[in-house]
Amino acid sequence: MNGEHGPARDETVVTVENLSHSYGDVSVLDGVDLTVEPGEFVALVGPNGAGKTTLLRSINGILDPDEGEVVLDGTPVGDLSSKAVSRQVATVPQDSHVGFSFTTEQIVEMGRTPHQSRLDWGTDSEPIERALERTATVQFRDRPVDDLSGGERQRVLLARALAQEPSVLVLDEPTASLDINHQIQVLGLVADLVSEGKTAIAAIHDLDLAARFCDRLLLLSDGEIRARGSPESVLTGDALATAFGTTTAVTQNPATGTPTVAAFDERSPVAGRVHVAGGGVSGRRAIRTLWQAGFDLSAGPLPEGDRAVELAAALACPTVTAPPFEPIDDRHRDAAMELAHEADVIVVTDGPGGEAVPETADHSARIRAALGGHSSVGRQPATALGDGGRSPAAGEASADQTVTSVEALLAAVRDCLDSG
Amino acid sequence: MRIHSRVLLWSSVLFAALVCTILVSARVGPVSIDTGTVVRATINTLAYPSGVSLESTRAGLWGYGLDVPVPDLAYTRPFSLSVDSSDQVIVQELRLPRILLGAIVGFALATAGAVMQGFFRNPMADPSIIGVSSGAAVGAVAVIAFPIAIPFGLQTAAFVGALVAAFGVYLVATEGGRTPVATLLLAGLAIQTFLGAVISYILLYTGDSLEEAILWLMGHLRWSSWGDVEATLPLTAAVFVVLLAYARDLNVMLLGEEDAKTLGIDVEWTKRILLAGASIITAAGVAVAGIIGFVGLIIPHIMRLLVGPDHRILLPTSALAGATFLVAADTIARAGPAEVPVGIVTAAVGAPFFLFLLRKREVHAL
Repeated sequence: MNGEHGPARDETVVTVENLSHSYGDVSVLDGVDLTVEPGEFVALVGPNGAGKTTLLRSINGILDPDEGEVVLDGTPVGDLSSKAVSRQVATVPQDSHVGFSFTTEQIVEMGRTPHQSRLDWGTDSEPIERALERTATVQFRDRPVDDLSGGERQRVLLARALAQEPSVLVLDEPTASLDINHQIQVLGLVADLVSEGKTAIAAIHDLDLAARFCDRLLLLSDGEIRARGSPESVLTGDALATAFGTTTAVTQNPATGTPTVAAFDERSPVAGRVHVAGGGVSGRRAIRTLWQAGFDLSAGPLPEGDRAVELAAALACPTVTAPPFEPIDDRHRDAAMELAHEADVIVVTDGPGGEAVPETADHSARIRAALGGHSSVGRQPATALGDGGRSPAAGEASADQTVTSVEALLAAVRDCLDSG
Repeated sequence: MRIHSRVLLWSSVLFAALVCTILVSARVGPVSIDTGTVVRATINTLAYPSGVSLESTRAGLWGYGLDVPVPDLAYTRPFSLSVDSSDQVIVQELRLPRILLGAIVGFALATAGAVMQGFFRNPMADPSIIGVSSGAAVGAVAVIAFPIAIPFGLQTAAFVGALVAAFGVYLVATEGGRTPVATLLLAGLAIQTFLGAVISYILLYTGDSLEEAILWLMGHLRWSSWGDVEATLPLTAAVFVVLLAYARDLNVMLLGEEDAKTLGIDVEWTKRILLAGASIITAAGVAVAGIIGFVGLIIPHIMRLLVGPDHRILLPTSALAGATFLVAADTIARAGPAEVPVGIVTAAVGAPFFLFLLRKREVHAL
């Protein structure tokens, strides 16, 4: 087995060449190229209607594409019988409605169909047992699949696919209707199978799950590939904005260490540049609130590793960071102040870094903010300082204000801009 | 191995039940004959074909026509146990052909029902769903109403009518080589309705033979002959073997067409085979026995409760149970002082039993 595996690893298992397909007048795939290496777990991500399912249906031979071809281990899929394709590629559907209450074992046994002749009613028990055990479905082998939970049923369908003994697994939204525990169970199992030598191509709706379990992501929208590569390189604000038409923030999930994507409702940019100095809870809340309100943002100084830094980076705000746990030196402070000078309003928070902002007035309006609620215990109550003389009205508007809520912060910023 | 031994076990039990039912049925009638005599007379009836000759049959319309050669089999009977000659005649010429034909028709209808329910993934499906029965009825009623002479007369007309109707439904529902099941169902319904109108119209002109036409439409085995058995047995057996060979494909088709394709099934081809097989086997049964309802609907449901949904075991067990059921029902139909059409018995017995299962939630969906 190993002897066969060595050279085969260098071969391409699945190659998609210039694939285009239309349903009627609607083009769903437009010149898609894709190469999947053996032992890779590739996720197709992208909005509904992007062409993910159509691409999968071309790879497993269900669909005959208008243009281009899919090549499996050197042979075009179009030249293979459906039986021959299904010996190489097994498909796990989203959820199968199975009629007539077949048992788990009967369903898994159907995976042997491509290997048996019509009159061969033998039950190839070895691959079936292996598939049942590998997917931990052996304990409900005699139960009707209709009685199983969604996650269990998905594992049965995976077992059916394994009984086909394919080299490639094609999964169409295998976790779409599952609870979170079953989602990670199913995808974890697929990832394990891939590490054991299978190749998997899955359409996955959930970007976080795709990033967590797959080696490579392929971002599709409108039938074209927008980005491909590692999860970190594909899940960027720009690529996601192109594909999904909405703004997103990509951060690193602290628990899994993989990218996590948060999407935001349509954000309409408003005039006005705001600089946030100081991180912590206040800094983070100030950045999020102001960004969602549509302001152009910059930030700094912020200590490295502060959660506000992560957010500012995810929102692509120009940011000055300084080494944490030490007083901020002049170099970092000056750099931050340079950004601040370009802003119309400066928000100084009670978080780390905020104390470095000089008390001397500059030409920008300035607001102090303590948005941490009870977490700001021990800090001086913040006061809003007036503008340093450009506009008396602005000075009056913000003088002696203590901004302790995000609503008050927004109102204060808008006041400063209106009068400025 | 497991599936083989289960099929064998269930089939043996049901076959034994069928043989018992046949023997009991052969005792029943205006003249009561004891079991020993029935067994001996049945053994005497056993025969094997020993030669073929061609006979001419007149074919034509309103007296004009031509002679058509039809093959006729000669039989040799190896046994001659001592049986009273009148008992031998009653068993051999009156009861056995009728009982065997009932068994064959029940076998055919239940097989077709099991295939259709699986094919349509619909518990309401039965063999008539693609217009087979209505087509047969048009052919039969036309022959009864008008003096058309063709070989085997009514049976041929019904058989051809059934296949033409089923093929018509298939053609209407097929576009670009694909036959969506839902379209097939609706096309079948529409063509059934249309053929119903044709039947009603012909019935207006049947005159004196109206009773015969009505009896045919109700389903009957009264005019059974060895000729009917000879025609239906090989056809039914051959089609059954083909359908059984596609039993596993039918299982996989139940996962849905898309899944079946990913498991390497040639879906459109399999659908054609299943439809053609179920139509032919139903047409053969309906042509000789008229429209007998409910066998094709309830027998597969009952067997599915007992043996599960795997068609490799469901098809043979449904077929044998259908044969047993129809023989028993026909025995009841002819046991009373006045014979009633067997279709009335199957519906009268079958429908309440089906409702009972439905209320017990034993039968609900697929």
